[in-house]
Amino acid sequence: MDTAVNTVPNPAAPESPATAPPGGGTASAVPAPRDGHPRRPAGGAPRRRNARENLAGYLFMSPWITGFLLLTAGPMAVSLYFAFTDYNLFDAPRWIGLDNFTEMFGDPRWRTSVEVTGWYVVLGTPLKLAAALGVAVLLNQSRRGQGFYRAAFYAPSLIGASVSIAIVWRALFSDNAPVDRAQQLIGLDPGGWIGDPDKIIYALVALTVWQFGAPMVIFLAGLKQVPRELYEAAQMDGAGPWRRFWNITLPMISPVLFFNVLLETIHSFQIFGSAYIIGSQGNACGPADGTLVYTCYLYVQGFENSRMGLASAMAWMLLLAVGLVTAVLFWSQRRWVHYEEGGR
Amino acid sequence: MSLVRTGARGVRAGSLAWHLGSLAVLAVVLYPVMWVIGGSFKPNDEIVGSLNVLPTDPITDNYRRLADGIADIPISTFFGNSLFLALASVVGVLVSSSLAAYAFAKIGFAGRNLLFTLMIGTLLLPYHVLLIPQYVLFQKLELINTYTPLLLGKYLATDAFFVFLMVQFMRGLPRELDEAARLDGCGHLRTYWSIVLPLCRPALITSAIFTFINAWNDFMGPLIYLNEPEKYTVSLGLKMFVDQDGVANYGGMIAMSLVALLPVVAFFLAFQRYLIDGMATSGLK
Repeated sequence: MDTAVNTVPNPAAPESPATAPPGGGTASAVPAPRDGHPRRPAGGAPRRRNARENLAGYLFMSPWITGFLLLTAGPMAVSLYFAFTDYNLFDAPRWIGLDNFTEMFGDPRWRTSVEVTGWYVVLGTPLKLAAALGVAVLLNQSRRGQGFYRAAFYAPSLIGASVSIAIVWRALFSDNAPVDRAQQLIGLDPGGWIGDPDKIIYALVALTVWQFGAPMVIFLAGLKQVPRELYEAAQMDGAGPWRRFWNITLPMISPVLFFNVLLETIHSFQIFGSAYIIGSQGNACGPADGTLVYTCYLYVQGFENSRMGLASAMAWMLLLAVGLVTAVLFWSQRRWVHYEEGGR
Repeated sequence: MSLVRTGARGVRAGSLAWHLGSLAVLAVVLYPVMWVIGGSFKPNDEIVGSLNVLPTDPITDNYRRLADGIADIPISTFFGNSLFLALASVVGVLVSSSLAAYAFAKIGFAGRNLLFTLMIGTLLLPYHVLLIPQYVLFQKLELINTYTPLLLGKYLATDAFFVFLMVQFMRGLPRELDEAARLDGCGHLRTYWSIVLPLCRPALITSAIFTFINAWNDFMGPLIYLNEPEKYTVSLGLKMFVDQDGVANYGGMIAMSLVALLPVVAFFLAFQRYLIDGMATSGLK
């Protein structure tokens, strides 16, 4: 997790000469915040100046630092402790060692939730990014109306996570509803997706794909930075559109692609509200656990069954999984992400 | 990739094809929205089974029945609660995030790089790790069923995305400006308030809109912390609607869903340029 965290803004750093460290940051991959203030100004009273800068800095930072300690770092430590205890919120936590973890791994519902979430991430993220990239390439032409299309495709990303849209989705994918009807038109009669534990997950995947606008906007911004000369030169050499996409566009936008893959993957691990509402039929998270995504089960264990210790253990497994995926992505980027030397 | 065509006719044909292609994709993407807007003007039994966007015989009953409220609570209560939470969140995020961002971007204090790394780390941290302990904390402080747990983090800059967005923006400002201010004897507070903040308007607007929309759409927070229907937000009111009427009253549910989206849509239409540019820079800088 640590190494991952260190390099986060990296994918983008070379893209923006304005913010890249002028002398080349050596120690950390994070573009260190740099500005016109030297650490030790020549002349004057450097020590007093430093003390004043430190005081001002920590005063400005005090809300963030309070928040970090009180709402992030502290809770993380406490949650790690809870993970090894039996805790129902009212009696004092009781240390039980690894019992929460053994119970979790032996619990078939937990395994279901891992499976459901895994499917959701593995299906939803690539499809969403493919749609985003496809439409971005389509839109990346200087034609009139581009702004309109960009805004229209982006809109679903803003409303997609709301309860309202989850309700709409339930209506769209239920028995005899439009999606079912459309399938009937082409000779299939699968019945509604919402009532079917095996199919309801695809309704959820469709919902995330529908929100491809946010990564699309980021892809578009990346595509705009690809120098036109490259395409012109490739065309002179007789490269067709597909070759140009594969050999120029993809490598040139690979930092943006990496950024999108990273963010979308991390986000989809955390899906909750849509799954809760789309699946809810009296109980949360779907008929026969069809949309029992990981966070849904975490919610059920923690807040419906008052198993705070077990839920904390589950949360830490989620953190480990997300950290692992992040680390793998960062490790893999060496092979497929091309950063231009010198920040162009 | 329309580089070859140079003749006017070729350009026009290419343009037409491009528009047709884009519109076709757009039609697919926006169909659910169109269908549901049409559906809200249909009688209950006509909604689900029909692919048609337009109602055969439009009615307004679904909207008129919203005046009855949900479970005897007028829907204006939910809207008032959501509006209060969203606006209070915006104030908190703007103040606390811009303060932290100014320190990261413009003050050379000791430990800055370490804190910046930690801040970026929280950007990737799944919120659910904090869910249980934060709940326990607020429960011990007897703050369950108040708005404090939903707002406190906003006033303590815990949403790293906005801090990051503003840091990036502030770093892009010409440094001659704050050097000049310093030479004129401006302290950091003056520089922050009179020079940097006004120049950061675009980043502030972007953050404000995203904060508003996120707070408005938030479901998990209110679900966990609020348990008295009078305090419910629109999201929870909608959930109550689903639990109560379910399939029996599709029309009302859909109408209420659409009304609940109105503020988000209004913000989007008014500020879409800021939103999209903010989104784009978050990925690039």
